[in-house]
Amino acid sequence: MFGSIFNADFIASSIRIAIPLALAGLGGVFSERSGVINIGLEGIMLTGAFTSIAVTNFIQNPWLGILAAIIIGIFLGLIHGITCITFKANQIVSGVAINLFASGITVFFSWLLFNETQIMAKISLPIWGLSIPNLGEGSSFLRSIIIIFAHHSPLVYLTIIIFILSHLIIFRTPFGLRLRSVGEYPQAADTMGVNVIKIRYIAVMTSGALAGLAGSFLSLEQAHFFVKEISGGRGFIALAAMIFGKWTPFGTAGAALLFGFGEALAIRLQSVTAVPVQFINMVPYLLAIFVLVSAIGRAIPPAADGIPYEKEVG
Amino acid sequence: MPEITLEMKDITKRFPLVVANDKVNFAVYQGEIHALVGENGAGKTTLMSILYGLYQADSGQIFIKGKKVNIANPKVAINLKIGMVHQHFMLVPPLSVTENIILGMEPIKNNIFIDLERATNKVKEISESIGFKIDPHAKIENISVGIQQRVEIIKILYRGAEILIMDEPTAVLTPQEVEELFEILRSLIKQGKTIIFITHKLNEVKAVSDRITVMRRGKVVGVKNTKDTNQEEIASMMVGRKVLLEVDKKEHNFGKTVLKVDKLNALNNKKLPALKEISFEVREGEILGFAGVEGNGQTELVEVISGLRLAAGGKIKLYDKDITNYSPRDIREQKIAHIPEDRRQRGFISNYSVAENLILGSNYRPPFNKGLTLNFSAINNHAAKLIKDFDIRPSDRNNLLKSLSGGNQQKVIVARELFGEPRLLIAAQPTRGLDVGSTEFVHQQILNERDKGKAILLVSADLEEILSLSDLIAVIYEGEIVAILDPKKTNEKELGLLMTGSVRNNKFPKKK
Repeated sequence: MFGSIFNADFIASSIRIAIPLALAGLGGVFSERSGVINIGLEGIMLTGAFTSIAVTNFIQNPWLGILAAIIIGIFLGLIHGITCITFKANQIVSGVAINLFASGITVFFSWLLFNETQIMAKISLPIWGLSIPNLGEGSSFLRSIIIIFAHHSPLVYLTIIIFILSHLIIFRTPFGLRLRSVGEYPQAADTMGVNVIKIRYIAVMTSGALAGLAGSFLSLEQAHFFVKEISGGRGFIALAAMIFGKWTPFGTAGAALLFGFGEALAIRLQSVTAVPVQFINMVPYLLAIFVLVSAIGRAIPPAADGIPYEKEVG
Repeated sequence: MPEITLEMKDITKRFPLVVANDKVNFAVYQGEIHALVGENGAGKTTLMSILYGLYQADSGQIFIKGKKVNIANPKVAINLKIGMVHQHFMLVPPLSVTENIILGMEPIKNNIFIDLERATNKVKEISESIGFKIDPHAKIENISVGIQQRVEIIKILYRGAEILIMDEPTAVLTPQEVEELFEILRSLIKQGKTIIFITHKLNEVKAVSDRITVMRRGKVVGVKNTKDTNQEEIASMMVGRKVLLEVDKKEHNFGKTVLKVDKLNALNNKKLPALKEISFEVREGEILGFAGVEGNGQTELVEVISGLRLAAGGKIKLYDKDITNYSPRDIREQKIAHIPEDRRQRGFISNYSVAENLILGSNYRPPFNKGLTLNFSAINNHAAKLIKDFDIRPSDRNNLLKSLSGGNQQKVIVARELFGEPRLLIAAQPTRGLDVGSTEFVHQQILNERDKGKAILLVSADLEEILSLSDLIAVIYEGEIVAILDPKKTNEKELGLLMTGSVRNNKFPKKK
């Protein structure tokens, strides 16, 4: 039984499932490193998922669909920024509002534009990389390597590049240093002439862009359709990955892979066991709870996370 | 006549409730250490915040080297070569020394990345130029407060500061560190820098400054040459009346042992030993002062005795009753009063009124509690009495605590804790951040309790306070009492050495 579950296809599907979690989680990293909690990632993902399918189907170009998802994500990030940074509203409430708004608006436009809430993608991105040799041709080892590393949607490779770049940006550039300082001790950054407000806006809009991209992968590449509530709590699991990854890009990617593995396992188990599917579907969520509980005490968020910046008066 | 490098003319700044600076004139000569003194709320920090661009003056002008400038934000101030070391350090704890120093002005390589090597070398170079070594890669959260302050100084020198504003720089330092800081300041003056030194500690003003500007209630009340004045004169200029700098202490008259702590152990928040078999006693009419660098177990000691932290071993006895690991309420019921070190966290509720804060801890007891509801007439009478007795200002009992000055907030706490005749008073950092007038008041209250025959456990980082109030001094270092001393036979220097573990007192343990 194990042989039929844990093979190269299984690992490849874990990676694919992990991609949206990782991208949205990375969005969380940018936002929270700057001191803004963004639980709206879930809603931004959902909106991105819808937007990418809608635009792709209308203009027959999936790249533009993805671009549109990113732009809508930036826009929602901007709204979150205006409410939380400029107007200093409660960040959780603003995030919940974005999530509720996203649930409603995506269904509304599904009916308006397509007359249904399940929209098939008319066109997808090509697979990039090497073609998979048939069984029996070549070594099975080489076949596994290709399946795992070199036979994916372009977005998979793009995600890897984004993660490496993000790591460099956060830990090696002036912007990254300022980002980290703003999320830890904005007063200190301000006295050093760092523009706290500007850095936070950039960070929140970046998180929106990444969550939008995550949504487009979810619908366009993974499911090949949009259905209402397709994000299904993945935005929150992404936040769990961010916490488990200690607010670092690579840590988040590792945690996302772990959750991807859990979900892939759940899918496989459905076909090989008699356990009711509802229980098996709990696996990724139980894994998330388990991981978060075990991370408590070790996971220390940025000190100013969730606190609006105000200059002291007095 | 030396050259005037900085001049602030007719600066006025109003906040919603107060005029923080009222037509203030302030001038600093090139190459001097200029002390800016005054009580809390006198407007010193506001004036300097205006100079550093954190606030905008409502009216008035600033001249640097005779040229009128408009300082809209700290970036402009930095460009004008003005640097400020804030009272609360502006350092990001998880970042390294170098990262903190270059923040906002990072050297670049390959057009993108931070040039950490160049930054590190620059940090080393600056620190050596003022005579000390620093590990550029250490994280701020892992270095001592004294070293953090040096990082702050390097940080503003890195930005090319010529005028350095130091906002109460000695408040957090041990006597040795203060001496080292003064050395650094003197070497900065040799390099041609100018220093503005905000403080309300008069002995420091005398020790290090060239000239003094005194502020009171938003106005400048005088400018003096340091060598032409003395501490008494400056103190009375600051307060507006004559002040007793020396506390007037009656001969002691000790009674029975009130608090007996026996081989007490406790863990800190990181589950490491904070107290190691500590034993001591406090008698009726005695003030036992705990001197030590912060973080050597004082906080945990006070928390264990007041019931806020569990003892990991040992016994605490009040008279003959074992009160080890009692709940905080049970401990209060035993008439143990506690003035906490962090008053914002544990001393009061900032969104509650003065009257409400005055009954915290006795709110569940009659007369304040009459079954299901509070007895407001009793609460109000109680507040009116304490406000009068302790001179809490403003005197409206409905004011929220957050609208009061630090000194008056502390008066509320002291009034509440001393009410009901406590048998033991634990006073932790009772005058931290208070001005001369409020400090004098709190000291007088503590001495009154002593003279009434109460036992007092005083914990303070302020050695002057420890030396002037205590009947016996215990020096705590790394969770152990390393010396018990008679305040008449010791001095700040000896205490400082003991506190930092540099020497051990071989007279210890003292047998009673």
